[in-house]
Amino acid sequence: MNEIRMKRQLGPDVLRMDVVTPKLARKARPGQFVILRVTEDGERFPLTIADSDPQAGTITLIWQVVGKSTLLLAAMKEGDAILDLVGPLGLPTEIERYGRILCVGGGIGVAPLYPIAKALKQAGNTVVAVLGARSKNLLILESEFRAVADEVNVATDDGTYGRKGFVTDAIGDLLAEGMKFDKAWAIGPVPMMRNVCKVTAQVGIPTLVSLNPIMVDGTGMCGGCRVIVGGQVKFACVDGPEFHGDQVDFDSLARRLGTYRAKEREDHEKCKVGIGK
Amino acid sequence: MTQTPEPGAEAKKPKIDRTKRIGMAERPAEVRRQDFAEVPEGFTPAQAQAEARRCLLCKKPQCITGCPVGIDIPGFVKLIVEGKFEEAADRILLVNALPAVCGRVCPQETQCEIKCVLGKKGDPLSIGNLERFVADFKRARGKCPLPAPPPATGKKVAIVGSGPAGLTCAGELVGRGYEVTVFEAFHKTGGVLVYGIPEFRLPKSIVQDEVNRLAARGVRIVTNAVIGKLDTVEELLQEFDAVFIGVGAGAPMFLGVPGEDLLGVYSANEYLTRTNLMKAYDRERADTPIFRARRVAVIGGGNVAMDSARTALRLGAEAVYLIYRRSRQEMPARAAEIHHAEQEGIRFNLLVNPTRIFGNDKGWVTGIECQRQELGEPDASGRRRPIPIKGSEFVLDVDAVIVAIGNRPNPIVPKSTPDMQTNKWGLIVADEATGRTTKPRVWAGGDIVTGAATVISAMGAGQAAARDIDTYLKTAEPREWNLPKPEGAPAKA
Repeated sequence: MNEIRMKRQLGPDVLRMDVVTPKLARKARPGQFVILRVTEDGERFPLTIADSDPQAGTITLIWQVVGKSTLLLAAMKEGDAILDLVGPLGLPTEIERYGRILCVGGGIGVAPLYPIAKALKQAGNTVVAVLGARSKNLLILESEFRAVADEVNVATDDGTYGRKGFVTDAIGDLLAEGMKFDKAWAIGPVPMMRNVCKVTAQVGIPTLVSLNPIMVDGTGMCGGCRVIVGGQVKFACVDGPEFHGDQVDFDSLARRLGTYRAKEREDHEKCKVGIGK
Repeated sequence: MTQTPEPGAEAKKPKIDRTKRIGMAERPAEVRRQDFAEVPEGFTPAQAQAEARRCLLCKKPQCITGCPVGIDIPGFVKLIVEGKFEEAADRILLVNALPAVCGRVCPQETQCEIKCVLGKKGDPLSIGNLERFVADFKRARGKCPLPAPPPATGKKVAIVGSGPAGLTCAGELVGRGYEVTVFEAFHKTGGVLVYGIPEFRLPKSIVQDEVNRLAARGVRIVTNAVIGKLDTVEELLQEFDAVFIGVGAGAPMFLGVPGEDLLGVYSANEYLTRTNLMKAYDRERADTPIFRARRVAVIGGGNVAMDSARTALRLGAEAVYLIYRRSRQEMPARAAEIHHAEQEGIRFNLLVNPTRIFGNDKGWVTGIECQRQELGEPDASGRRRPIPIKGSEFVLDVDAVIVAIGNRPNPIVPKSTPDMQTNKWGLIVADEATGRTTKPRVWAGGDIVTGAATVISAMGAGQAAARDIDTYLKTAEPREWNLPKPEGAPAKA
């Protein structure tokens, strides 16, 4: 169980793994996530399922190394088995035929966006993707998106690839061209999602965002992942992870994500030394 | 109600003071508040026998009527008097698979001990401590022989959740020849016994021993399996002849006051899970972080509140305030836990209700505003309702707040089983006597049916369901499915 079938580096500190877990692969739907634990004393942490292949019995995980746990996962090799893998958790994305969809992904958020874009396309929607990264070498899954989307637009902060600027600038271009959208998905860093929602709200595009707050169990038990949506407390793990962006209290979310930042950094550094990187 | 001691029961014994119980030695508060080891030290055999001799061995024992699983209390106590400690443990094991757990966490003072006739003139018999003694005695003897495997029925039962209800149900069914599989969402079995109750109150090795014992008897245990997500109950029914749901009431409630999303505000579930299950107290080994607060406010008056407060102390807090909106009398916690918490220096703020939480510009908690209360008429729960006193607000400087005001049922199983009825609180509707739900071949018991209650009542429900599953599966087809009477009691808040 949980054997790593394939591992690949997608960019600096961004990795991809296909993990053998047949039942999970069969059950996983776009928008859902898993909780992992890599070592006996390790923490439980969530990763969105970036793809699943029921035939091969694998799920794809794509993640960025940000702390000790993600670094330990990155240190695992093909053939190794992940200690604990739980899922599929969270509510799946509601895939319907909406019309023309704007799919906006920023940084590592492009990974969880991919299965959603793919399913929306299969459901008969026109999918227009806007992918953003700080720089060209940090852009992931571009060819995968080109295979499923009707149109792919890229924006990089430094202008090394695609349009120079943020994803919101690229969205502005599309809107200026007169393109209309029936629905949007935006997944990425909190400031990006907040800004995309501001832009789409102005033109009245209902926008869903996928939140990835701090979690322990991922099954509604700890309440650590609580977010304020429409003035109410929601648990991202069981009520989400997708919510209507115009109702999300992004300030609160951004603050809560920072709870353990100091410890995370410290552990990451210590661990890097330990692994000999 | 007249109770007559058995003739000759104490003829050869020295004079016994029946009014005073033998106390169990405890580690001093100032020592134990620095670590996670257990508080009581256990009885010596002599102490256990001296305490057991106080028992009147009533002909019509009332204590048994107070026990949710009906342990033969005078029976095992008499065996202690006779020095047959292992036999005494075996007597309990007939109906209770987890005596070492129950001896520690049962609210005996409101169950068996409150019924004890000795309590009329003095201290009731220390039934919980005696149970704990014999269970530990048997455990210490090491290899308990496994009961002979019963003839296999060839039928399969799935148990969802490995807490007290699930483990008890599994034990009963494996003992009746069923092929039992337990599904647990976490990476570790034991449910609330492991993630919720701290080490200093229930050593995790005790729970692990019980789980190992079940596994040795042939119970298959599948961790990391979230039923309702990986497999639904409906899918389990294709593979199993019966399904028992014992998933507990695991979704934490919050106060709904401003500032609750500040950093440093935890649900008790999160705080305790980080500490107990993920061992966050071991800063060097465990990767799971926990905030080392200096001044902590814990909201609530139940066992979970006491556990949280005492955990905060052990994690190094200088001051821990327990904030409860009613008075001591209404506190739902076990008397022993309240007593231990006070001994260890938890500062009780009774008849006080939090109204808002303050934070600094970085979003971290800096204080909690509270309002004093007075007690009015009894409410739906039968306890006197707290009424706010206007203008009595005050602020406590704290850097963490732990909310321990109860749990709602976890929605995952009910939501993914739409044809199984739930009540307006989201609890599964199940027959009290049998555990049958409105969905044929599905039983449920424990907190997911009753709302937050005790370990022993969950065990009682697991046991009752197991017996009914057995009866049902032994009946030749076509079998009848009697629907449960609707509406369980609401959870107390």
